Order: sequence, then structure tokens, then C-alpha cells
Amino acid sequence: MVIFSILPISLQQGLAYALVALGIALTFRVLAFPDLTVDGSFPLGGAVVARLIVGGVDPTLAVIGAAAAGFIAGCLTGILNTRLKINSLLAGILMMTILYSVNLRIMGRANIQLLDSTTVLTFMENMDVARYIPIIIFFFILTVIIKVLVDLFLHTEYGMAMRATGDNETMIRSLGVNTDNATVFGLGISNALVALSGALVAQDQGFSDVGMGIGMIVAGLASIIIGEALIKPRTVFRLTLAAIVGSLFYRFIISLGLRLGLAPTDLKMATGLMVILALGIPAFKKAREGKIHLRGV
Amino acid sequence: MAESIITLSGITKIFNKGTQDEKRALDGIDLEIAPGDFITVIGSNGAGKTTLLNIIAGTYQPDDGRIMIDNQDVTKAPDYRMAGYVARVFQDPTQGTAAKMTIEENLSLSELRGKRRGLKWGVTRSRRKRYSEVLKILDLGLENRLKQDVGLLSGGQRQSLTLLMATLSLPRLLLLDEHTAALDPRTADKVSELTEMMVAEHNLTTMMVTHNMNQALHYGNRMIMLHQGRVQMDVSGEEKQKLTVREVIDKFGKTLKDETLLTCEADLP
Repeated sequence: MVIFSILPISLQQGLAYALVALGIALTFRVLAFPDLTVDGSFPLGGAVVARLIVGGVDPTLAVIGAAAAGFIAGCLTGILNTRLKINSLLAGILMMTILYSVNLRIMGRANIQLLDSTTVLTFMENMDVARYIPIIIFFFILTVIIKVLVDLFLHTEYGMAMRATGDNETMIRSLGVNTDNATVFGLGISNALVALSGALVAQDQGFSDVGMGIGMIVAGLASIIIGEALIKPRTVFRLTLAAIVGSLFYRFIISLGLRLGLAPTDLKMATGLMVILALGIPAFKKAREGKIHLRGV
Repeated sequence: MAESIITLSGITKIFNKGTQDEKRALDGIDLEIAPGDFITVIGSNGAGKTTLLNIIAGTYQPDDGRIMIDNQDVTKAPDYRMAGYVARVFQDPTQGTAAKMTIEENLSLSELRGKRRGLKWGVTRSRRKRYSEVLKILDLGLENRLKQDVGLLSGGQRQSLTLLMATLSLPRLLLLDEHTAALDPRTADKVSELTEMMVAEHNLTTMMVTHNMNQALHYGNRMIMLHQGRVQMDVSGEEKQKLTVREVIDKFGKTLKDETLLTCEADLP
């Protein structure tokens, strides 16, 4: 059966990329900020972790360093938007573009091999089972821990202020919250998660490449849309769950497509069409009812 | 008279400065608000009522003049700093609450108005218990719907909740910006009643903008009328109690020759 043979790879990839979907849910859904930094902060995570590991730094520290780099990148996008009043989409695009050069600087070349280095996954690879089993378990535990932490954070006093920032900015400002700071911090957390994912993926696939972030936003959005179709995001718990489940389903669909003969080069087009279709169906339905509404994400 | 809570001196706000559309929305407003004052603010469209509220709430900073609260200069303070002193209910019921958050979360957001927000749990058990107590005041059954999203409430329910949220943290000054104008007449009356009750209960210093002359005369101990960015009339105490809609119209309707000044002829008894 095709479905069973692609299950391990979809689980492994779905969990590895789940944190990207989680990060995108934080910006697009919680903060209502369409952050495009992701295409740059994902390879940033990979670049930092590869450079640090090759440079002899402890792999765990290297992963933390990658997340910290992502946090800074996200904050910078936030600062471009809130302090310099640059449009949110443009701020993200600027940061993403700048990060391309930064990532090349960090790595010193277009890619770094990690196959011969000790990574956080190495001890699992030495186990006496199929490589994917311990890795799936590890990614699963990590994803659950981070999901719970994000859920808890969003129910704290500050986390609630952040949610209100995306819900009703006028109101929460009138209640004493500096929404600029909340936006900057939220973007920081989001991109820290994305960079963390980049760091894990680089170690899993055995190399970091400057181009590994291309299309990450669209893939993440596709994951979120799929997840929300399955799990209505009425609460924070369901919102983050939807992002993770969506990521798993998205990777499953992709693996299935590839197995059924979809050319890898057409992957990003297929994902893009998938997002267009999902976003377009409501507009199409409305148009048939004689009402046309522009729809954003 | 007791020392004032808020003192505005020479507050001037000019929109579109230096362009053809330049508009002097506020033109040297002097105003002292004493503790316990309940001031109603009337004036025609464009008289500067909402601008005045926005200046006090820190949404705009004045071009000239000074604002003092408790002897502190807060002229340049942005809205999120003024939140430490001022609570506000907007005209639009959707503006005062976060639709995708629950009733208890909204109450918790407002309870922390102007305070530091940290990583402590937002809706604690003791808070939830208290919220379900205070919600009973509204008599809308919201105490049984703590975990429902505010977006599910009607306009009147949302505005009542916003009012409760504004009074919950006992602000130094409560600003009401035509907060019943967007509601149907019956709901508006209920929210007005609620307002009077809460202001009286907590002895809140209040400033209420209204379009309705009857309301302006009925509520509060002081009434100011704005016209072209200036304070045209300022009556308080007994003088205000005795004032009638007819008198105000006779006095100002003619001299100002501004048919939009008071849009309440139809409301005349």
C-alpha cells in the first residue's frame, strides 16, 4: 500500500515542519500580521546551526543559537513595521531578502554538509532501529512541548494582551498595552520557532542550504488552511493543534503526490494552487450568490 | 472646591496643519475636572467633542497647551500610558471588546488596565469567581457565559460589558463617547441606566459626550457645550439642574445661528 509506505516520511517531515506552521499561526492568526520573514528565518536557523556545529559548538547550544537568531530576525521585521511604519508585507519581504545575504555570510558558501558531524539527532541514528522511529518520537515530543508552552503563554497576562493586539488594537491600547512592543515580541517568538524548525530540518536532512526556505510561507499557510478545515480554531488550544495537524496532513498529501508521479520541481506550484483553491472557494461561492468579497489570509 | 483631577490649559488641536484642509478642531480649551464630577459634553457635529476625548485619552497629542493629571504633566503621553488614568467606552460596541476572546478574558484584559502584564496566568480561579459576581449587575445572564466569545453577544450586551470593563478597575476618569448612540432606543435606555448606576456606585469622575440634549441635562452635575473648538457654555450645580432644553436652545440656538448645534428639537417635551 502506497499510503503505509509514505506514512513514516510524512510523519517525520510533518513534525519537523510543524513548528513553521505554529509560527505562522502566531503571526497570521494571533497577531493578524502577515509576516513573510519566514522564508528567510527558516534557512537562517539552518545556517546558524550548521555553522555552529561545524565550528565545534555543542549541537544543543547550536540549536538554541539558531532559535535566538530567528527571534532577532522576527523582532527586526517588527521594528521595521512599528517604528519605521513600513507596511507589514513589505517589512517581511525586506527582512527575507536581507536574510538571504546574511545566511550566505553565516555559512560562507551556499550550503554546508552535516552528514559527518555530530548533531542533536546523531545518538538516535546509532540506535538499533530504523532511523525514522526515534526521530519521529523526538520530533513529536518536542512539538508537543512547544505547543503546550505556546498555549500556556497565550493564556498569561501578556499573552492575552498579544492576542488582543491582533483582535482589537484600539481597545487593548486604551487598556494600557504598548501594541508595538507586543507585535515585535510576537514576531520574535514566531520566527524563533521557524528558525528552530529550520535547524531541525537541516540536521535531519544532513545539510543546510541557502535555498531551503523558498516557499516556506506558502507551505505553512497551506498547512494552516488544511488544519483549520479539519479542526475549527475556536480556542487557542485548537488553533495550535490545527497548525500541527495541518502540517502533518500537508506533508502527507505532498508525499502522496510525489509518489503518484508529481514532479518535485512542480511541488511549489502545486502547493500554491492548493492555497489559491482553499482561499478561493469561499469567494467563488459568494460570487455565485451574487456577492463578491475580496479575501485575505 | 476640591483640587482638580485633570486640568487642561490652552489645549489646541489642528488637523491637516499647513494644508488647504486645515481645521482647528480645538481652540484653546481650558477645563478643570474635579473629583466626582459627572460632566456631559454637547455640541454640534465637528464642534470638537470627540477630539477633546481623544486628546484626554492620549489618542492624539495636542498641538498646543498642557494636560495635567494628579499634578503630573501628561501632555505628550500616548494612549497606552493614559490608560493608567483613563478608561473609555467607545460609540461603536465592537470597539471596546476583543471579539475572538471570551467574556472572562475580556474582563481580565480590562482589569489590568494600565498595569504591568507579566507571565502570570490571565484568568485565575479567584478572578473568574469575581467576574461571575460582577456580571450579575448587568442582569443579562452573562455570568453563565464566561467562556463564550464576546463576538457572540449583541451590540447592547457588548456595550454593557464594555461599561462594566471600564468601571471594574476604577479609573481616575471615565470617558463615555456617545456610548449609547449606536444602540436601539430601548437598549440605549438600559445602558444609560446602567451607566448612572455604576458611576454613582463607584463615585466615578466621568465625562460623557452625547448628542442628546435631554440626556445631557438629565445626567451629571455639570454640562459643557463646545462650539468650533471652544467651550461655549459651562454650567454646573443648581444652575444646571434648573436648565431646560428650551432655555439652552433659546439662548444659543439663535446667537450661534447653527442649525446643527442641537439636533434635539424633535425630542422637546
